[in-house]
Amino acid sequence: MTIKFNNVFVKAASTVSGPYEKNGPLNHFFDKSYNDLYFNQKTWEQAEMKILAASVDILLNKVNMEKKDVDLFISGDLLNQIVSSNFVASYIGIPFLGLYGACSVSCEGLIVGSCLVNNKQINNCICSVSSHTAAAEKQFRNPIEYGAPRPKTSTFTATGAGSVYLSSELSDIKIESGTIGKVVDLGIKDAFNMGAAMAPAAADTIYRHLTDFKREPGYYDLILTGDLGIYGKKFLIDYLKTEYGFDISKNYDDCGTMLYNIGEQPVFAGASGPASSALVTYGYIFNKMKKRELHRVLLVATGALMSQTTVNQKLSIPGVAHAVSFEVVG
Amino acid sequence: MDKKRYKDLVSVYTPKENKLYNIMKSFLIGGFLGIIGQFLIDLYITYFDVPNKEAGTYMIITLIFIGSLFTAIGFFDKAVSFAKAGLIVPITGFAHAMTSSALEYKREGFVTGIGSNIFKLSGSVILYGVVSAYVFGIIRFIFLGG
Repeated sequence: MTIKFNNVFVKAASTVSGPYEKNGPLNHFFDKSYNDLYFNQKTWEQAEMKILAASVDILLNKVNMEKKDVDLFISGDLLNQIVSSNFVASYIGIPFLGLYGACSVSCEGLIVGSCLVNNKQINNCICSVSSHTAAAEKQFRNPIEYGAPRPKTSTFTATGAGSVYLSSELSDIKIESGTIGKVVDLGIKDAFNMGAAMAPAAADTIYRHLTDFKREPGYYDLILTGDLGIYGKKFLIDYLKTEYGFDISKNYDDCGTMLYNIGEQPVFAGASGPASSALVTYGYIFNKMKKRELHRVLLVATGALMSQTTVNQKLSIPGVAHAVSFEVVG
Repeated sequence: MDKKRYKDLVSVYTPKENKLYNIMKSFLIGGFLGIIGQFLIDLYITYFDVPNKEAGTYMIITLIFIGSLFTAIGFFDKAVSFAKAGLIVPITGFAHAMTSSALEYKREGFVTGIGSNIFKLSGSVILYGVVSAYVFGIIRFIFLGG
């Protein structure tokens, strides 16, 4: 299921990060960073809402638009009932579509928005995502102050929010196409090894994207996955090679391994969460594309579609991955 | 690729946890905590004139207080992550689990927040602690006669 877009462009993007991301290697590429996890709010959930709202405000400033000029706000996050997105939507008052795709929601939102802009049903839209390490930890695992031992394969939810303004107005970066992913479950039950749960979905999406267009992996300057982590990268490279005969080892990286100084920061196998792909792509990768250092980038945002209940019931973790191809114009 | 083959692929690249190192670390830190506990008991008996039978309870209260205080101050989670079972199995782990849950849910109200979530992690310790006390009590009664 690959859709080609002809006239969808990224006019601007904004990123807001938390303290761990600020201490990481990409801190220069974020529009705003905070030094603590509360952002002057009382709870983790409110803190997440604040950075999501901040990313929308920064974006509107960048494109010099009022809220009333925006046709659609598409947003998703990790919390139950996607409350961060819902509350921010009530604050900004733009017609709103809320999405849930776990960490794959960044690409999911971009595909939905691009379809509507491409078909001229809307003139413009804002696609946002957010995640907050403490809010996610509280919901999916343990209280933040509880020091549960974790295995090396576990990932660390990124704190941040990213927003993209899409319109048919010509700009540097074009959204060339999108591939909607299948949900793939190969029986991984370990919620501390989500890279393993999501890698087959990423492989399936990359394979179908490339074969739909009859492209080779080398067509892209960079193929990026959202949050597989350092071990998930290895699973994916091996899986794509043995199952489909595609070698992506030369031009492949994972946002989750780029956001932090792995080994120095307490992040185990790397970043996860919708903010992982958003902060790296909307901040760092778009910057490189504007400088013409990268021309074609395939972002494959990966999501693990479990809940705490299904994990407790020992059900395996289904994974999903959606791909969006970005191209530099001119 | 079927599930079996994928499982093999995953296990090739999944790093092994250093079990021996973790066991030794937990053993030494847990043991050291035991020494501190014994020191506290002796301290209470010798200097505070506490009866031998009650000194153990005083020691437990002291360790619970320290575990809770350090959790509230905010560095005990890092110590527990490092020491693993060395700090989780002793009474400090119980205090840590309760205090961290209370801190996490304090914004959701005294009843719906702290009240219903404080035993989220430590509830099973209480339940299975009581159950195993019954089981071992019965075994002791059968074989030793009380």
